[in-house]
Amino acid sequence: MIPEIGQFALILAFATALYQFAVPLYGAWRGDQRLMAVAPPAAMLQVCLIALAFGCLTWSYITSDFSVENVFMNSHSDKPLIYKISGVWGNHEGSMVLWVLILAIFGSAVAMFGGNLPPSLKARVIAVQGSISVAFLLFILLTSNPFNRLDPAPIEGRGLNPILQDPALAIHPPMLYAGYVGLSIAFSFAVAALIEGKVDAAWARWVRPWTLAAWMFLTVGIALGSWWAYYELGWGGWWFWDPVENASFMPWLIAAALLHSAIVVEKRNALKVWTILLAILAFSLSLLGTFLVRSGVLTSVHSFAVDPARGVFVLGILCVFIGGALTLYAWRAPVIKSSGLFAPISREGALVVNNLILTASCAAVFIGTLYPLALEAVTGEKISVGPPYFNLTFGPLILPLLLLVPLGPLLSWKRADIWAATQRLWVAAAIAIVFAIAAAAWQSRGPWLAPVGVALGVWIVAGAVYELLSRSNLRKAGAAVAWARIKGMPGATWGMLLAHAGVGVMVIGIVAITAWKQEVVTVLKPGDAMQIGGRIVTFTGESPVTGPNYSAERGNFRITASSGATADVWSEKRVFKPSNQPTTEVGIQPYLDGDVYVVIGDRAGDTGRTVRAYFHPLVWMIWLGAALMFMGGLASIADRRYRVGAPKKSSAAAVQPAE
Amino acid sequence: MLRRLLAAMLILASLAAPAVAVQPDEVLDDPVLEQRARDLSGQMRCMVCQNQPIDDSDAPLAKDLRVLIRERLVAGDSNQQVVDYLVSRYGEFVLLQPRLSAKTVALWSGPFLILLFGALVIWRQRRMTASTPVAEAETSLSADERKKLDAILKDAS
Repeated sequence: MIPEIGQFALILAFATALYQFAVPLYGAWRGDQRLMAVAPPAAMLQVCLIALAFGCLTWSYITSDFSVENVFMNSHSDKPLIYKISGVWGNHEGSMVLWVLILAIFGSAVAMFGGNLPPSLKARVIAVQGSISVAFLLFILLTSNPFNRLDPAPIEGRGLNPILQDPALAIHPPMLYAGYVGLSIAFSFAVAALIEGKVDAAWARWVRPWTLAAWMFLTVGIALGSWWAYYELGWGGWWFWDPVENASFMPWLIAAALLHSAIVVEKRNALKVWTILLAILAFSLSLLGTFLVRSGVLTSVHSFAVDPARGVFVLGILCVFIGGALTLYAWRAPVIKSSGLFAPISREGALVVNNLILTASCAAVFIGTLYPLALEAVTGEKISVGPPYFNLTFGPLILPLLLLVPLGPLLSWKRADIWAATQRLWVAAAIAIVFAIAAAAWQSRGPWLAPVGVALGVWIVAGAVYELLSRSNLRKAGAAVAWARIKGMPGATWGMLLAHAGVGVMVIGIVAITAWKQEVVTVLKPGDAMQIGGRIVTFTGESPVTGPNYSAERGNFRITASSGATADVWSEKRVFKPSNQPTTEVGIQPYLDGDVYVVIGDRAGDTGRTVRAYFHPLVWMIWLGAALMFMGGLASIADRRYRVGAPKKSSAAAVQPAE
Repeated sequence: MLRRLLAAMLILASLAAPAVAVQPDEVLDDPVLEQRARDLSGQMRCMVCQNQPIDDSDAPLAKDLRVLIRERLVAGDSNQQVVDYLVSRYGEFVLLQPRLSAKTVALWSGPFLILLFGALVIWRQRRMTASTPVAEAETSLSADERKKLDAILKDAS
């Protein structure tokens, strides 16, 4: 009964989405207020219906209702509750339901919080959002029904792929989807603005927080996936340039560009047409990512849908939305006029350079990901495009942008003196050089480029700190005034400083782990020890372990630091029921200078074990960098000026003008 | 339908096996040679895996290739000779960094051409706008809308 309710709710949601798409769009065209006014309630109804369907599916998973094919294929009654729930989106059908749920949540958020949008714009945004729902609900109903029944019902399910049974991977997909789908709002705003033929500061002010939110979710989603790969795949790799990773990285890059160009639209009334294009591109790349993952066109570790019928359907959706939006763009973009003029050396100019480089870097990822497919389709020849390609193209492209990060915010709008701005950064440059020398002294081996990379990261962080201090006017005005100024700084400024510092911190972490990683592979008997990263790792013995749905062999290790402090870690080889699939759990002991990472391998001889130990220097800086970027987004989204129309507490509250 | 799904799951199960790669018995005694072998095997694709270099793949084929690379290095081959040897045996598909050739020229130049093209467009745009003076205050807003916007902006700050 419950699954049928879910199925019915999905069908109703589809009907609602059709209504939400067609009626307000027609109303906005006719200028009919009553027809436009149906958009918000339709969006609310749609989100309720999809939430009901999602709830029904979740219920089927929690109660292990194996008469539902989807539950049978992807769940098992022995699984811990959290993985029963995460099993809902650990498969193709369920993840698509989550996808449309998040889509509907974003649509209803516009309906709820868009009170002060011009009525026609609001109606059109919600209608475009509805059209995306129509396409994906139809996709679910026709090709990927999660509520199919089995008769007779099997006694036990097949279980969730054990590699997906992990806390980080349980929340990684929802975060990523929230990011992908969040960009649909920017897309809907862009399409609506093209139909209206008008883009102004208020429009940019509306688009930016939504893009920020999506970008933050993408940041967290990508970072979680990377963190998961780091501790789960058994050797500490954290980024592989895998097509599925690239699929999430491309929208992230374009969303980052969009965040920056929307500032120019808002502050300076320029770059409007370009910003619209970025908004369309960002969501188009999200759709492309969905297509790549869902269609199985690039069979990679992540792809769990291997059904060409679905691939063709998603490709159709892709063509309609991307093609339609770009056609509309070509037709209507000339109507939209920008008026803000600026000199090449100016804050606007710097943001244009930012956009150009981010877009070209994204192009490198795009070409590298799709080129082998295109070549094979056209000529039948197979080539591989792997990490070395991306390091050689993406690397040099993004490098100048990293160098310019501290400089951009120091330039003034319209026209700037680049020489004066550069001079102000000499302290940051000096600090960067000092750190480069320190890094070279700390790690005498490794490539000579590594200290330069560290210097680059430090340069970005020092630049952000310098910016903070100079805005607070600490040197001239004294601590009290400086503190007051720091406290009064707008959220957007905090956001910029935190996110930029996060980029710098991440660069340091990436350089350190890439250049100075250590690895030892050897056979240890209980009591034997090896040395790694300045610590001693002793194999203290092994013990059998039984988990809720797996059995494991656990190797115990003691890590002794040079100070004499010890820490115990373990690493397991697990075998999961019912598939007998093996996984490895690694032992990680974090230190300030990096992680000691121990992995137990196969038996060797009577009592021996193959043991791998790694030292991953400063790897925590990668995650810290991502966290700082996220916090930057949070600070920026909390900026007062985005809460346009929110009830005012006091009109006399003196707040600095928004930067 | 069910059979196909089961088959797919089996394939996935074999793919998802944790990567453990290089075994102790493969490691060469000479650390310089070993490092060269590691560098090379990071550049070679495990052809039966999904986007994995042989360096961190568990597949038997990857192990064979790793051992093969080490044999060639011990025999005195240069890195380039080892790469050429592998390509002659397995084709260019084995290279994670495709060679520059007629069929990959677009792959290698594409990103940089896009950067160049973008820079060119911006430069031209600038020259065009510079030659047509536009009043700074000109906007597409009507007087009424402007009043509303001002109210909103005032509200925000």
